[in-house]
Amino acid sequence: MGHDTHVQEKSVAQYEYDRRKNAVEMRKQVVNFAIMILFTFIAFAVVIADFSPYFIKPIILLLAGVQVVLQLYSFMHMGEKKAAHIGIINTFVWMGAVIAFTFFLAFLTIIWW
Amino acid sequence: MDLNTKFTPQSWPDHAEQATMEGKNKFVGIWIFICSDIVLFASVFATYLSLKDKGPAGMDITAAELLGLPLAFVMTMLLLTSSLTSVYAMYHMKNYNAKGVIIWMAITVLLGLGFLGLEISEFYEYTVHEGFGFTHSAFSSSFYVLVGTHGLHVVIGLVWITGLIIRNIKRGLNLYTAPKFFAASIYWHFIDVVWVFIFTVVYLMGVLG
Repeated sequence: MGHDTHVQEKSVAQYEYDRRKNAVEMRKQVVNFAIMILFTFIAFAVVIADFSPYFIKPIILLLAGVQVVLQLYSFMHMGEKKAAHIGIINTFVWMGAVIAFTFFLAFLTIIWW
Repeated sequence: MDLNTKFTPQSWPDHAEQATMEGKNKFVGIWIFICSDIVLFASVFATYLSLKDKGPAGMDITAAELLGLPLAFVMTMLLLTSSLTSVYAMYHMKNYNAKGVIIWMAITVLLGLGFLGLEISEFYEYTVHEGFGFTHSAFSSSFYVLVGTHGLHVVIGLVWITGLIIRNIKRGLNLYTAPKFFAASIYWHFIDVVWVFIFTVVYLMGVLG
């Protein structure tokens, strides 16, 4: 939208439809938030319940992973195909993830005490 | 369409935060910054994991003894909720409700301040009462660098959002101010993403030993 585009008035029906669409989207975000809170509760609960660490560690890492995916794709709009430069953003995020993985690999295998 | 064009709820465009070139650039810019931040946090996380519970001979404080879960749980709840309140701010931005944006952003700041206060009291407890200072051991240094870098991001986010609220409280919403709020909310969610890993890797896995 440049300086030559004009302000467009929405029709009443379109306006009301958009308002309802925004409200439905917001309700989905609240559901996502409820899932995150639930996962946080489960993560703390399994640690307090004192199961075997070999069982707890993969579970809480998995729960953290799901929470992060929810944040990135629902709260931060990474999944929106129509967002500006979304291809560039995805490329950068995945490159960041690859570099991050290299750090973990290097630090955890090379450094010892 | 000029940046200072006045809108009504009926004429407010669907993706106002990305309607201008500047808005598009802000969106991709904050994401590129976040990707560099991913790399920064990966390095401090990897450092923490490789130095956890390590230190000079006689270093007798381990993560399992030091860290407590109740405070970490409350901090997690505060930060997660602040993430949702900034989503509410963006919802009101879509509906062209400038007052809603300001109010929910202010609630986000308050929750962030609560988180920060708890973190400061936690650090104070560890350094003063437990004798677990920054120079105590390799473990303590890596712990404070990791959690402190996140805390610094929270401080920057709070200053940023507070500045946005003060600067834009009378301006209202237009194509110039909308991308500013949007970029700040994306940044705030990223802080939450990092905290999810910190409470899992540092606190929960720390307590496990």
